Amino acid sequence: MSSRLEKPIFEYSVTGRGAEDQWPRDPGTAATDDLPAKLRRGKRPLLPEVSELEAVRHFTRLSQLNFSIDTHFYPLGSCTMKYNPKACNQYAMLPEYLARHPLSPESVGQGFLACMYELQEMLKAVTSMQAVALSPMAGAQGEFAGVAMIRAYHRARGDLERNEIIVPEAAHGTNPATATMCGCVVREVPVDAQGDVDLEALAAAVGPKTAGIMLTNPSTLGVFERRIEEVARMVHAAGGLLYYDGANLNAILGKVRPGDMGFDVVHINLHKTFSTPHGGGGPGAGPVGVSARLAPFLPVPIVGRRGERYCWLTERDLPQSIGRLSGFMGNAGVLLRAYVYMRMLGREGMVKVSEHATLNANYLLAQLTRAGFDAAYPTRRASHELIITLRRQAKELGVTAMDFAKRLLDHGMHAPTTYFPLLVPECLLIEPTETESKAALDAFVAAMGDILAEAVKEPERVTGAPHTMPVRRLDDVRAAKQLDLTWKPAGAHAIPSTS
Amino acid sequence: MAFIPHTRADVESMLAAIGVGSIEQLFDEIPANLRLAALSNVPEALSEMEVGRLMTERARLDGRPLCFIGAGAYEHHIPAAVWAIATRGEFYSAYTPYQAEASQGTLQLLYEYQTMMASLTGMEVSNASLYDGASAMGEACLMAVRANRKSRSRRILVPSTVNPHYRRTAAAVAGNQGLVFEELPYCTEEGCVPAGALARYDGEDITALVIQQPNFFGRLEDVDALCDWAHARNILVVAVVNPTSLALLKPPGEWGSQGANKGADIAVGDGQPLGVPLSSGGPYFGFMTARMEHVRQMPGRIVGRTLDAAGRAGFTLTLQAREQHIRRAKATSNICTNQGLLVTAAAVYLSLMGPAGLERVAAASHARTRELVGALTRVPGVRRLFRGPVFHEEAIALDRPAAPVLEKLAARGILAGLDLAEHYPELGPALLVCATETKTSADIERCAGALAECLREARAA
Ligand SMILES: Cc1ncc(COP(=O)(O)O)c(C=O)c1O
Repeated sequence: MSSRLEKPIFEYSVTGRGAEDQWPRDPGTAATDDLPAKLRRGKRPLLPEVSELEAVRHFTRLSQLNFSIDTHFYPLGSCTMKYNPKACNQYAMLPEYLARHPLSPESVGQGFLACMYELQEMLKAVTSMQAVALSPMAGAQGEFAGVAMIRAYHRARGDLERNEIIVPEAAHGTNPATATMCGCVVREVPVDAQGDVDLEALAAAVGPKTAGIMLTNPSTLGVFERRIEEVARMVHAAGGLLYYDGANLNAILGKVRPGDMGFDVVHINLHKTFSTPHGGGGPGAGPVGVSARLAPFLPVPIVGRRGERYCWLTERDLPQSIGRLSGFMGNAGVLLRAYVYMRMLGREGMVKVSEHATLNANYLLAQLTRAGFDAAYPTRRASHELIITLRRQAKELGVTAMDFAKRLLDHGMHAPTTYFPLLVPECLLIEPTETESKAALDAFVAAMGDILAEAVKEPERVTGAPHTMPVRRLDDVRAAKQLDLTWKPAGAHAIPSTS
Repeated sequence: MAFIPHTRADVESMLAAIGVGSIEQLFDEIPANLRLAALSNVPEALSEMEVGRLMTERARLDGRPLCFIGAGAYEHHIPAAVWAIATRGEFYSAYTPYQAEASQGTLQLLYEYQTMMASLTGMEVSNASLYDGASAMGEACLMAVRANRKSRSRRILVPSTVNPHYRRTAAAVAGNQGLVFEELPYCTEEGCVPAGALARYDGEDITALVIQQPNFFGRLEDVDALCDWAHARNILVVAVVNPTSLALLKPPGEWGSQGANKGADIAVGDGQPLGVPLSSGGPYFGFMTARMEHVRQMPGRIVGRTLDAAGRAGFTLTLQAREQHIRRAKATSNICTNQGLLVTAAAVYLSLMGPAGLERVAAASHARTRELVGALTRVPGVRRLFRGPVFHEEAIALDRPAAPVLEKLAARGILAGLDLAEHYPELGPALLVCATETKTSADIERCAGALAECLREARAA
């Protein structure tokens, strides 16, 4: 990683310069003489005027200010930052796939649609669901689709009172936010000291208003919900449905399936379990799978098959559909990458994934415990991720989980997820993934041990970290109070640029 | 193949460190009756070479027809540098910049992107992306409900000249929160919203008006009049725009008569034309820009510039109290993962184009569409459907149903346009056609010639 900051691209800009070889020929002013003056733009937009080399150099330098999976260990809990195989990108970017217009007729796209159809089939197989729709564009949109289907199901039965969605208190923020977007009311239930859902509280929460429950299993606490069958019985008996947040599917791939646990609807984060790139924030894909009773409500379009031909199923075929969630069919290119990955794994590879992800997490748990760290759930097996709590260190040494996270950056490792789930004080949620070697895990344990020793001897080194990144710790309070959200010409900024 | 680096010796020593005899034992908390014996219905593994062959064969099956369909996704030239940069591992395989100090590259890029989009749309602030243009329109309507404190109705007026898939998506995304979308009829001669269509809403409580410019038919709406009408009634304006068009057309921030109240309140659209391949519909990205006064109601990530502990400028995610990981059930949206990589492509694209290059792309695309429409309407039985100005896309009428004609053309490797029959049956047989700078005069002649032949054959039959 580079430690040299890069000035904003606008500061390279010189009026009249440009990457002209990239532009089309000038069609002349007559080409646009039919656009009425009152609808035309007056002032040109503030876009950089740079050469191709200046742009390439600028963005390449920016890339060098990032940690990424390709360059660093990235154990960000709940995000499954596994290696993104290069083949998945290369074969999804074949020119024919890239050039295919989304509104092309089915006759031009049988190859692409075959991939999509088979992807649906494989996702059904790994989740034990009856039908799959690929269009949700990330996990949160999959959640939206799922809860919207649950609502539509109750409504179709005339069961209009059911508007409560139950979530465990440790649930990911997208779960309650999704419930709200679906017009539901959120009811939180606590988990017990072992990390399992508190069944008494659940019994008190379910009733005639229950639309459903959203669960992640293994949960966001990095442990398997052992009484999942009991939970399913209780929610179903009350008339509610079960939603499976598939963020943690990597832990159980080929070992146990959401449908077999009693779930009625699932989303799968293809950018996690099926290794499509996270792209500095996205794109993802969050296909949804459903049991037979929810199938009529799936979002459209879906890929169907008539005889030997693949075709789109739309509103006409699914009149009770919750509708469209995107302009076309969702993140097709992400779906293609996941398809390539799944074909390369095959059924044997899928089991290996969950086995080695789990092995790596439990190994880290054992070694970190040896190194003097406290597991949040010491009597439990880790799933594909684990939580340690630094409550003791925070109290005794004044060094927080955030300080550990920042100091890890100096050791050349991306920090685990911090302060999620909030339920566990001073927590680090660590997800190594199966693609990391024992040597990488050992290096992480060693770094954590070094930081702990440093926290005793020289705590300011830790609380003042990072020291080797291109910037020191950033002032978030100032960022939110003195909003500076766009670049402005020299003099207009409260903060001058650093170069 | 599972991309696993473990040797057998690694596994043995790791199991010993954990204190278990087998990997299987690590799954012993899962109730035994739930355990799966074997995954059926997943094929056996393929090697990289084998999967490469499969994907190449399937791609070849689909081919690369000559495409004159637009309708929300546009084939523009993508400079080689765009994806060379975007697929660098440091961008491609990073995630949301939660650890700002180790993500300054992504963060600065987003800040630069926000600057470009805000300026392009003539607005003050931009977020770091939403999923796509259609879902962004839904989010914008939800945002308008939060931002318009003078309205209680949650009624949103949407002209039927807005992309039909956008309308359906917005209804699906926002409908569960009680938003009511009311369709504004359009003039079938003009292909846009007549100012008179609004009069019947005078005096009613309306939360927002959506205006798409150019509209689904490529026609230019009278955005100034529509915007003024809305603002005079405390109705917020949600603009849906094509970013390429903004190199030539008045940006949403300047719609309406001048003065303190000028401009749309929120602008959204699909960023696909900015360096993102068609790729069967995605991944694209939705952009959203707004007036500063509404920034706390925005959904999605926002990057801000601030100072580090040493007093130097740096970038970080900001205003996170709007977001699901902090505000949970009260968040402005449930969005978490967005479309960052596509924004990376767009930032590189816009930097290579600059203001002059983007203008060229817009003008050249427009010129090609004029040429296309000219050539097609010289074919007997084909005419322009609407009068009035368009940008880079236009509807044409045929003298017989479009579907069989399109099918014949597709068999010759030409996708001549989108059949409007599904969404606008009232227009009779009609096509929406579009050309961009990627089309040559020869391409256009080929399309017109083939259309003429197909129509001739159909007439003869
Ligand atoms: C447990 C959990 N649920 C849901 C989500 C939301 O998924 P996405 O970010 O793809 O929308 C995440 C991911 O960040 C997650 O970790």
